[in-house]
Amino acid sequence: MTKRLVVLGGGTGGTLLANRLRRHSSEDELQIDVVDRDDVHVYQPGLLFVPFGLADPAGIVRSRRAQLRSGIGFHETEVESVALADNRVLLADGASLPYDVLVVASGARLLPEETEGLLGAGWNESAFTFYDLDGATKLRDALARFDGGRLVVDIADMPIKCPVAPIEFAFLADWFLRRKGVRDRSEIVLATPLDGCFTKPVASKHLTHLLDEKGIELALEFSAGSVDGAARKLTSYDGREVAFDLLAIIPIHGGAAYVDRSEGLGDSLGFVPTDPTTLQSLAAPNVFALGDATDVPTSKAGSVTHFEGEILGENIERFLAGRELTARFDGHANCFVETGFKKALLIDFNYDHEPVPGRFPTAAGPLPLLRESHLNHLGKLAFQSIYWHMLLPGRDLPFVGAAMPTAGKRYPAAA
Amino acid sequence: MTTTLIAEKPVDVDAEGFLEHPEQWTEEIAVEIAREAGIAGLTPRHWQVVRFMRERFLATGTAPTIRALGKESGVPVKELYELFPKGPAKLAAKIGGIPKPHGCI
Repeated sequence: MTKRLVVLGGGTGGTLLANRLRRHSSEDELQIDVVDRDDVHVYQPGLLFVPFGLADPAGIVRSRRAQLRSGIGFHETEVESVALADNRVLLADGASLPYDVLVVASGARLLPEETEGLLGAGWNESAFTFYDLDGATKLRDALARFDGGRLVVDIADMPIKCPVAPIEFAFLADWFLRRKGVRDRSEIVLATPLDGCFTKPVASKHLTHLLDEKGIELALEFSAGSVDGAARKLTSYDGREVAFDLLAIIPIHGGAAYVDRSEGLGDSLGFVPTDPTTLQSLAAPNVFALGDATDVPTSKAGSVTHFEGEILGENIERFLAGRELTARFDGHANCFVETGFKKALLIDFNYDHEPVPGRFPTAAGPLPLLRESHLNHLGKLAFQSIYWHMLLPGRDLPFVGAAMPTAGKRYPAAA
Repeated sequence: MTTTLIAEKPVDVDAEGFLEHPEQWTEEIAVEIAREAGIAGLTPRHWQVVRFMRERFLATGTAPTIRALGKESGVPVKELYELFPKGPAKLAAKIGGIPKPHGCI
């Protein structure tokens, strides 16, 4: 009998997973349906480059539907809710989709309304976000007009997608303002609720050193309680103020709205509690999750979603065959960190191993870890093509697999 | 890891004074850690947060983030900062005798 797989979300994870499974099974064995509220697939790593005129907004967008293999159904509608007890997804257009297996791959949602004052005076005038295409494009225009002053990059709260992106934004802003000839009359401040610029200690130390070198100031343990766009200041919950002329804020993130409307599916932030190794949700055995939609303790990043997709594809096939879920995700993340001036560094880590210096993918590998290089920058740029042509179609990438390689990495001696 | 005396009880703490073993915790230890952090007396609102934090950690193995605390503990974020100045999630974890939240990845 034909089994039914419903995938909620046609982004990185939903697309690559549906494509992988479609290639492995016939339509008689498995019917695959993908649901998304629109047909706009944004290459999200490209958002970082838009504000600096380094990427054309239209150039990082494609049709979601067109990324799916033939034999995969695509439903362009909002999800109303998931009825776990009925094994059924209720759609906003009134239809419903029964499933044998459900995959929640609907990513994270920006919640600027959860920060007091952020959407008030000054929104998209002095305060912007580059975390969506519209915001990134408006910020590009504001930066083009920026004639010096105080540029503040603020992480409203964790977790966020791509925790290195705010740091990269600060690096690129330094490059951009230098090239513009206004760096000497500008200040760049990175404000974060964390006690370092990044979540992992060794990488945080390296990145802090780079921020220092570039004269970028850090405001640590700063939890933005409110934004006053007219007075141009951020106020933290503990009463500290950070003034800005231009604010690039990373808004609070939550899961998709339908997760909140689906009893028993998500946590209080709308993320889906998920087994970090098998990627089976805690909500029900036949519900799985991947990518930014989960609560697993690793970065919300495309590379993570990609590696999870390989593991999850295998586990769903096992689940459908009534077998044990033996594929195990190790938390692998692999991120190029753009540092400006056509350089980037690379970090590679998982649940157990933080990013450290060394070389990638092996000790003799071409890419230096945690050190700036032009080759890393080229790698970051090349990735866009790999994304559309290899990653989304669900093909295995050469040299980069789900399991994190340890050869080539210089871990500190155990304490 | 070092062993130290808090409220006359030997406990294992990390470099920042977080208890390594939640089972070594007592209410007297909570009061003492709070006092050292500048909170003269723990009010019922403090205890509500500390207990929530501790119970959640013991049940799930991870401590809630500040935003989850604000949504679920019954104490809004603004008040959390008044009760536990600077970092409420971190301080409440410390007082509640659970390891420092790694929280954000």
